[in-house]
Parts: sequence; structure tokens; C-alpha cells
Amino acid sequence: MAKLTKSNFPQFSVDIFQNAYLAQGANEVNAIVTVTATGGGTSAALPAAGYGSSLDGPDAAVVIAVDCSGSMDYPPTKIRNAREATAVAIDSVRDGVAFAVVAGTHEAKEVYPGAGQLAISSPGTREEAKQSLRRLTPGGGTAIGTWLTKADQIFSTRPDISIRHAILLTDGRNEHERPDQLQHTLDRVQGRFTADCRGVGTDWEVAELRRISSALLGSVDIVADPSGLAEDFRAMMEKAMGKAVADVALRVWTPANASVKFVKQVAPVVEDLSGRRVDAGPRAGDYPTGSWGDESRDYHVCIEVPPAGVGDEMLAGRISLVVPQPDGTSEVLSQGLVKAVWTDDLNASTKINPQVAHYTGQAELAGAIQEGLDAHRRGDLDTATAKLGKAVQLAAESGNEDTFKLLSKVVDVVDAKEGTVRFRKNVSEEDSMTLETRSTKTVRVKK
Amino acid sequence: MDQLTLSCPNCAQPVAESDRYCEECGIDLSTARASGTDPRATAPAPSGFSATHHATTPDDSPLPSGTSGAAGGTGADGGYDAAPGAAGSRGTAAHDGATGGGLPAAAGKGADGAYGAMPGTGGLGPTGGGLPGAAGEPDAGGGYDAAFGAVGAAAAPVPSGATGDFVLAAPVLATEVEEPEVSGAGAPDPWSSVPAGDARVCVGCGAQRIDTDGYCEACGLAQPRPRDHQERSLNGVCGVSDRGHRHHRNEDAFAVAATSRPDGGSAVVAVVCDGVSSATRPDDASQAAADSASEALLEALESGVEPETAMTEAIMTAANRVDELADEFEREPSRNAPACTIVSAVLTEGRVTVGWVGDSRAYWFPDDRSGSRRLTVDDSWATRMVEAGLMSEAEAFADARAHAITGWLGADAIEVEPHTLTFTPDAPGTVLICTDGLWNYAEAAADLAAVVPADARTKPLHAAQTLARYACDRGGHDNVTVALLPVDGIEPHEPTMPNHPPTLVGDSLDSPTLQLREGES
Repeated sequence: MAKLTKSNFPQFSVDIFQNAYLAQGANEVNAIVTVTATGGGTSAALPAAGYGSSLDGPDAAVVIAVDCSGSMDYPPTKIRNAREATAVAIDSVRDGVAFAVVAGTHEAKEVYPGAGQLAISSPGTREEAKQSLRRLTPGGGTAIGTWLTKADQIFSTRPDISIRHAILLTDGRNEHERPDQLQHTLDRVQGRFTADCRGVGTDWEVAELRRISSALLGSVDIVADPSGLAEDFRAMMEKAMGKAVADVALRVWTPANASVKFVKQVAPVVEDLSGRRVDAGPRAGDYPTGSWGDESRDYHVCIEVPPAGVGDEMLAGRISLVVPQPDGTSEVLSQGLVKAVWTDDLNASTKINPQVAHYTGQAELAGAIQEGLDAHRRGDLDTATAKLGKAVQLAAESGNEDTFKLLSKVVDVVDAKEGTVRFRKNVSEEDSMTLETRSTKTVRVKK
Repeated sequence: MDQLTLSCPNCAQPVAESDRYCEECGIDLSTARASGTDPRATAPAPSGFSATHHATTPDDSPLPSGTSGAAGGTGADGGYDAAPGAAGSRGTAAHDGATGGGLPAAAGKGADGAYGAMPGTGGLGPTGGGLPGAAGEPDAGGGYDAAFGAVGAAAAPVPSGATGDFVLAAPVLATEVEEPEVSGAGAPDPWSSVPAGDARVCVGCGAQRIDTDGYCEACGLAQPRPRDHQERSLNGVCGVSDRGHRHHRNEDAFAVAATSRPDGGSAVVAVVCDGVSSATRPDDASQAAADSASEALLEALESGVEPETAMTEAIMTAANRVDELADEFEREPSRNAPACTIVSAVLTEGRVTVGWVGDSRAYWFPDDRSGSRRLTVDDSWATRMVEAGLMSEAEAFADARAHAITGWLGADAIEVEPHTLTFTPDAPGTVLICTDGLWNYAEAAADLAAVVPADARTKPLHAAQTLARYACDRGGHDNVTVALLPVDGIEPHEPTMPNHPPTLVGDSLDSPTLQLREGES
């Protein structure tokens, strides 16, 4: 549970961006909710040695699961790089943080410290852990669900630790487990820890890893070149170490006869949370957001309200951030109001809030890329070209340069403004997968 | 929307059919319903709602407590179209009968103030009429349904001339007095009731939980705010402002004040401002302008400054104050700096001085109404077109741009040019200043004269209420604000006016001569 007395508990602020004015008869309210946590981060503010030296034990735990299936041996540099990356990750674990290393195949084997335990990070334990990485030898299949189950078992030995994060590294498809088995595991462990997933090479499936990282409120990315693993692991670990509060939920209250159409995280990446709603008392639902350090995220909330008369004003939604308390209640950290005002002033009601417009475009961009690449895989080049053309247009319009660059590796941009593109002759699998993996990355509104 | 006729089996709080939990006690309604409890059976029956209305003296707290409000319309099927009497009970409904079933004590007796400090609650008509009663007695019939749509929008029956009493709104001035001897058969006026107390009841759905932000915790409806309807009355001047039906907030503001001149004569001041809707925070602009102009006028008049000079300076003071607002607020996207119009009237020693910028107007209505006339010339597109001879008045006013104003107070104004006019009426009558929320429905002086009650001079507050209500009954498309200054004609004592420029007094009884000093600075 979050320790509210700790000085590094972040301050949360909620800002609402919306055009509250609706035309007569309109019933849809859109708002962008910007949540910013400050003062909780420890990554930059405190030296690594100072962290976790508090008397009340570790407040973060990390499990690193490394793919050791037979395919990691082809080429052999893969497993070597994985070992190196894991070593870097271990070095990034701060003193006092609980950690463990798991080798994943069609089953999960504990590499360090073993016996279902977590070690407490210190120069000595980190050295031991790195020594034990020699035991990582490729062989066997891939069943990621078993890795997750093992991580969950290890985490559950320390229920007092609130920040629990897993890092999954894999190079292949989840072939030795049925999709429904994986889903079953995800359903069971979601909410118990968060996880970032990294795919090595191009033999893994983006949708599969995304399903895992989405369920576990983490990120997914491609590590096309295994030599880049170490830096990526360090970054991931630092981000995980920077978390100060876990299990934060976005609570959305709506009035009678109103309903939430969707709740999406739209920055830094698009993540639809609509299906994750858990009822939280009358007319309210909680959407999980995982752990927070010093960071800012944006959410797009869309609410359907019963249309009222011109001149009426209503509260369409009350958006708050809550953390669960040990006694089963929850503390509200901050909140913002989403309003609806009906007017016959067309000038007011037809304006689309710039933030809402921007993120609607960003979500559309992510969708267009995914649909375009899907179509491409199916061999439907016309649809693929049209979708990626639209994506190019949206990326250019919104100033999403990173995505634009990734798109240009897959298609030749003829006219970005018009969205005219041609598929490149020899698109590398790597470029195409990188585009797909990072399609959900968004940029914020240009000021 | 008749789902609200259900109530919680545990605490009798009204609940919707789709509710899973009770708003009040949080009980899981699906369980409660499944257990076979008929929520209706446990709803407390209303016991004898008494329909009384309270009178408030000027010394009373503006939020009288303990006065038992009335809930007319209880049990009345569709309490809405109920008689005006029932309508009048809106706002003061305290449902004695609803205290059963573990309702919070605040909801019981003494809770006459359903909506806190809001008089009039956002419009005409019995917005919440009988609703609290219905809250206690869910079977009272379709009240809720009607209520939601009707808030601030229903052209509801208005008790004619039935101001049994009234209570002054959110007071700014300490010297408010009640208008005496208002006629009426005792039927309470919906505009006049001031509900108060902690147990606020939603004007939309009747739920008894209003959050601290002023929204209903059940249906989300914004609850009436103090500025939605305001009335103020002093000896010799009064004002009424109402949100109307089509705007979600009242962006008009007014101030009325009285003081004395150094020579002992009286000076009465009224200021009316209309916030420009397309600007940032127009409600703050109008309030700041009205307050600062009124304050400036009082100071100048008390120190003997001539009314015309005082007027010009006061408008400039108000303009500067509104200018400052532009720096105080962050400008809303694609909106202009805070801006508003202003019209002000000062009555000193029988002399009327009017000043204005924008399209808020002043009119003069002599008692016999035969010489009724408009005193101001709008700073508007239509006026410019007519003045330039490009269009006839009818053509200009028919144009979509007619109401675009060409002069206003605010940082975006290129140059503020206050217009002033002074005249000495030769007969008793009434000066009216108002926003376009009123004159949109009766533009010509003669048309408006027909709406101003004959006894406007002697019962100005009633007349101001009547005029505001008239605008609301016509649709209330805009906020409406009216201030009246009764002029009793030549004052009994001859004031000394050594430095005063000669003022022409009309040589015809039915037509006072106006001395226009437009643009004088």
C-alpha cells in the first residue's frame, strides 16, 4: 500500500481541457484530462545509494524475466546480448530494492536468488546475481504465461511492497501455450504488478506483447538490434525505480442517465482503458493507471449525457485520482470537473477544443497505422496504402515527427499534406515492426 | 425520466431505476430490490404540507432560517402546471413529511431553503415547484420529469401581480428596504422566495445532495447561483437581474446606490452592465464595471462634482477596471478580452443624467406615458448603418449583424467614448435603464411603455420585476437586467446650482426637452 506519510509521495494535479458548450440536442462531452504527478520522483532527485535506506524496508520490487528459449541461440549473440542487458538492468537496481531474475522457456526457472524469494539489492547481491546469469543457456520453448505466474509468486512473498514491476524480454512467439491460457494468466495477475515487454529481433508478434503490456499497464517496444538492449534496460529500470506510488486509479463519476463512452490514455501512448472499468460506488468507475513517478499523462474521456435545454448547465463528469488505502477505502488525490453547457450560440458549440482535436487525431493515427499494416499483411495493398497515407497526413499535421520518420521507412511520402504515399519496394520486417510497435506513441499539443 | 419516482428502500432517498447504489446511504439497490422490499412502500408519506410563505424584513438575515417553507404541489399530479400558488412554493419547500426513513436531519424541518441563497432560481416558473415534496413522496406524480426540462426554460405560469412579499437577494448594500404595500392576494411569488438552509435539494431531480461545486450529485445539474436572479431596492432606485432561459449564467450585472450631495440634496445612482458573451469571463467584466462605476459615481457626487462630469469619469473608471481584468485572467482560447456594455443613470435634485457605452439603454417614461422616449443611442452596427443613411432602421435591425456593438468597455476597445445626456423632467415619471435582454422584446419607447406598469413610479421594484419577467416570458433569450429610478417631478426645495449650465425644461407638458451632450468629456 502507498505510504502516504513518505516525503516522496507525489502531488497530483488534474487539468481538464474541453469545450463545455454543446448545441441543442447534443449529448456527447469530450474532455482531455491531464494528470501530472510531481515531487514523488526519486530517479533524478536522489542518489541511488540513498534510496531504500529507509528503515521501513524496500518499497519497490523488480522481477526480470529473460527469454531462454532455444531460438535465443540463433544467432548466439542474442543470448549474449540478453545476458549483458540483464546485467545492466541488475546494476540499475537501487540499493534496498527487492529483485529477482527468472529464466523463461516453456516453463519459468528462477535464476537468482531462488527458492521463490526476492533478494535485497546491494553491491554484493547484484554481483551474485550477475554471476548467476552464466546459467542462462538457451533451450526449450516459449510460454510467457508461466513466466508471469512465476513473477507473481515471487512478488507475493512480499505483500508489503507496493511498487512491483516486471521486465519481460522475449524473441519469439508465445508458441507453447494457447492464447486463452495466456489470457487466463493475464486476467489473474493484472493489477498485481506492472510489466514492460521488449521484443528482440523480428520473430515475435507485436499484438501479443502489446496484449501483455497493456494488461499489465506497461510499455512494449522492439529491440531490433540486440546491442541496444543494455541501454534500453537501464532506461526501463530507471523509470521503474522512479515510481513512487502504485495502484493509482482514474475515477470517473457521471450523473444519472449518463454513461462513459470511453476512457483512453492518449499520452504518452494510446491505451484504451474503457474495458478496465471497475465499479466504485454510485455512478463511479475506476480505471487503473498503475504506478506513478514524476510524470504527466493525458486521458481522453468521452461521456454521453442526456441532452438538456439550452441554458442548462450540468456536471457531466467528475474525474479524480484515487489510491487504495489499507482499510479498503480510497483516498482522492486530486480532481477536475467536466461540464456540459447547452447553448444556441453556434459559434461556441461548434468549436472543438484543440486538445481534444489533437488527441482524437493521435488516436486515429495509431489506428490507421495498425489497420494499414494489418492490410499489408493480408496482401490488401490498396487499403494499406490508403491507411498509411492517412497516417502520414495525421502525423505531419500534428507534428508527430518520430512516427512520421518511422512511416517514411515503410512508405515513400509523395505529398504529406494530401496523404499521398507509395509502399516502398523492400520494406524490412524490422522497420515495419518498429512502426507497428511504436504506432501508439503520441506527441502533446503544440503550444 | 420518471424513474426518479422510485426511492431507496433503506433511506427513502429518491433513486433512479438504473441506479445500482443509493446516492444517500450507498446501499446496493439490486440486492435491496431483490429482497422483495418495495421501495415505494417504505417511502415516507407526506404529512400535511403547509403552504405558508415567509416575510422578511430588511433586518433579517438574507438567508432566513427556521421559517417554514411551503411545498405546494405535493401530490398534485404533475405539480408543475399546478396553480400559481403551488408554483410559488418553489424554493421554500420544506418537506416535513420527508423526515422519515433516516433522512438526514438537515432535510427535515427548517430546511426551507432548498437552494441556499438563490432567490428566484434561474428563471421563471416553478422550476422546482413541489419537487421537494415529491422527493418525500415519490408517488407525487410526474414532477421530476417535468422539472428537468423545465429548469430555467419552462414558460411557466406566473402569478399575476401576486407578490405577496419578497426577499432581497444576495445583498450587497446594507440599506435595502422592502417595497411597501405590494398588492397581491397572498400567493407567493416564485421570484420572491428565498430558500435557505443546508439541505439543498436539486432543482432538477429533487435529490438532496448538492456537491460543494454546486452540482447535483445525482443528475449533475448545475444548481442556481446567486447571480441567476438578483433584486435590490433602495429608496428611490431598484434593480432586477435574471439569467433568462437560454443562457447558462447571468452575464449582466447592476448596482444601485444612494447618497447625498454636499448641499444636502439626494443623489441616486443606478448602473447596468451587460457582459459580452464572446469575451473571456463576461460575468466578471460586467460585475466589475457596475461596481466600480457605482463607487466612482458615489464618490464624485458626494464631493460635489457635477453629474455629467461624474458620469463620464465613472464610465472611464469602469473601463479601466475592465481593462485590468484582461491581465488578471488568462484569456480563454479564441475569445476576446473581458468586455461589457454600461448604462448608468443618476438622479440629482430632479435632474437626470444618463451615460452609456454599448447597446444597453435608458428610457424615460412620464407617468402618463405620452412622452415616453428612449434616451440613449446604441453603439451598434444597426445604429451606425442608420446614421450613415445606408439602411432604414427596419432593415438594419433585421440584419444578423444588427446587435454587433461598436463600443464597449474592455481591453480590446480602441477608444472608450462615454456618451452622456442630462435633462430635467417637467413631470413625474420613471427612468428605466436596461440591457438588450429587455429591449429586444419591446424596442420602441411606446412599445416598452405599454409593458411598464402604470404604478412604476410608486412601486418601482414591482415594475422592475414585471419587466424582467416580461422578457423571460417572451423567451428569455438573453440575460435581462432592469433598473428603475422614480422621478417625482420638481423637488419641493429649490436646489442651489450656481455652476450649473442652464437646463432646458420642456415647454410642453408631455414632452420634456432633452439636452443632449453626447461625447462630452
